[in-house]
Amino acid sequence: MDFLVFQYPMITVQACLDGILLGILFALIAYGMALQWGVMNIINIAQGDLVILGGYIAYFMYLYGIHPAWGVIVAPIIMYFVGIGIYKLVINKVVDRDLFISILATFGISILFMQLMNFAFGADVVLANSGYGTTMLFDSNVVLPNSKIFSAFISILFAVCLVIYMKKSKLGRAIRATAQNARAAKILGVDTEKVYAATFGINAALCGVAGALVSITFTIHPYMGLPYTIRSFMIVIVAGLGNLPGVAMSGMGLGVFEEFADYILGTEFRIGSVFLLLVLILVYRRFKLSKKREYLK
Amino acid sequence: MRLTKIILSFISAVAILFSMSATSFAKVVGNKIVLGAAVSLTGKYSSNGVHTQNGYNMAVDRINSMGGIKVGGKTYKFEIIYYDDESNPKRAAQLAERLISQDGVQFMLGPYSSGLTKAMAPVTEKYGVPMVEANGASRSLFTKGYKYLFAVLAPANLYLDVAIKTAVELNGGKGVKVAMAFEQDAFSQDVRLGILDAIKETGSTKVIDDKLPKELNDMAATLVKVKQMKPDVLVVSGHTKGALTAIRQIAEMKVDVPMLAMTHCDAAKLSKQHGKNSQYALCASQWHKTLTYKDNFFKDGMTYDADFNKMFGYAPPYQAAESSAALLVFKDAFERANSFDQKKVRDALAATDMQTFYGNIKFAPGGQNVSKPMVLFQVMCDAAGKCENKVVAPLKWASAKLIHPVPKWSER
Repeated sequence: MDFLVFQYPMITVQACLDGILLGILFALIAYGMALQWGVMNIINIAQGDLVILGGYIAYFMYLYGIHPAWGVIVAPIIMYFVGIGIYKLVINKVVDRDLFISILATFGISILFMQLMNFAFGADVVLANSGYGTTMLFDSNVVLPNSKIFSAFISILFAVCLVIYMKKSKLGRAIRATAQNARAAKILGVDTEKVYAATFGINAALCGVAGALVSITFTIHPYMGLPYTIRSFMIVIVAGLGNLPGVAMSGMGLGVFEEFADYILGTEFRIGSVFLLLVLILVYRRFKLSKKREYLK
Repeated sequence: MRLTKIILSFISAVAILFSMSATSFAKVVGNKIVLGAAVSLTGKYSSNGVHTQNGYNMAVDRINSMGGIKVGGKTYKFEIIYYDDESNPKRAAQLAERLISQDGVQFMLGPYSSGLTKAMAPVTEKYGVPMVEANGASRSLFTKGYKYLFAVLAPANLYLDVAIKTAVELNGGKGVKVAMAFEQDAFSQDVRLGILDAIKETGSTKVIDDKLPKELNDMAATLVKVKQMKPDVLVVSGHTKGALTAIRQIAEMKVDVPMLAMTHCDAAKLSKQHGKNSQYALCASQWHKTLTYKDNFFKDGMTYDADFNKMFGYAPPYQAAESSAALLVFKDAFERANSFDQKKVRDALAATDMQTFYGNIKFAPGGQNVSKPMVLFQVMCDAAGKCENKVVAPLKWASAKLIHPVPKWSER
């Protein structure tokens, strides 16, 4: 136990800001997961691996001399089609089965992706340098890498665009209709098969954006996907499925929680504390989740 | 129907015959000494696994083409049976079992990483198979009383203590404040133990002692603490991801620390991935091409570097160099034992005292190499942003003068 974080107010501010910026990025990944879960009733264990794949797209652009920030435009486009491909190959066969089957299927996809990425890109840890510099606050007592600010900004931008798209566009309305009642939507002429494919594609595209941001702010490695899956799973569990402001809030909350756990318990318990929180929340939410069906707004 | 049965039984008979001949083919047959090795060709260690294999192959080629191994008046050549251990310790142990009991291998080369070596050592020990390994540095490998395990590299606890000692020396012999951040794996924790010993020995104090998780990609919290506590030395060890994350975030957060020491810089291609941001970082290395050790096969480090580059198209990391050295040790031991008796070869290995291009090799009773010191290099960049690793300690090998303290970010 170490309470340094409370002894110096500037460290507290630093921890909160770091946590919030990190949390916004997590929230973007979690939003994709919530969307898919709400519409298709699928928990995607491969979520984190899609993020890492998106990161590799930005990394390869960087290798070929293109600024990795362009990855936030290129990666989602490529990942959208990867998502559609996965849907056509695997997910459409499990989409109306129970949750357990879909977890198994996506777990399989996750392992396959890890191995394929390892095979294709090698086992080296890589990153893309944005060269964005640093913002100093409070007489340089608080430092924020601009890459983190950039990734939070882009995450918010994409989330807002998606919300507007869901409200205004035809496909968006069809997705929401399917989420509320797939059978009724089908009777009223919605091609649910198409809606499912698009939903999976949109989720993969969001992962692509997040991945590009991860490669700019952190590092990527074929086996580093799981922590992202766990975090987004947790955010969704806390926020509930149809609750976008909830996803954003719980994302930032988790980010701050992680930072403080890091300072107080030590870095070695950072990921561990997330798992512990997950168990506690699962126990707490268990009854609620099993009794109530939730819809995507 | 009957015809298919006949064909089937014929095929299985042939298969059995082949498998039997494979068994008798192994070990030492004709003019070949067959060594067994499980290396990570897939999985998370695959890059270093490939460096290991390339190092082995290069040495086999070189030794065979320069006359082979002379035992009992006859000349033999090396051959290696490889299996892919998938970077998985359980698989590595199975493969060791398979190499010995099915393929009949009597002499083994090590895998990549301390973890996998730890998994294989009990098996080779059980069968009394001498194993010369080049990529397992964890101290715990050498405290179990293994009789058949020999490591050509310096143990992990010696990786960075030179850095602490150098910092104390530059501080006029007075103790320094040390901040530490280590991943929680066998290797990094051994490096940590070495640092703790050095701190005790020099009367220094530790101000931060963070353990980093396996999924490490953010150490901002540790660095904020570093900014607050202002240590004289920051030591980081967390394989390639630790090195990359540390440099990225130290540069982004403008953390000023007089000395930054770490491991795995060359495996992480620090100067390539981070350019000028990696400048002044001190890195522990088992080997560097500018060291002046010599042998008859590879001549010296510079020649090895050039030959390796020609053969595989990239500059050899120390993982490849130490792997090549393992075969030189085996050759030397076979010739001195003048026999293929495992016990005699083992005793000859234990009595090894030689110089290779990679360094001097002499084994302690635990099996670790005690006569080769670690070197520290510092990343140095010119005005154009081209960075190079230059040896700065120990002084005997230094090709450049250590830049200390590291200039502040505001002055760069």
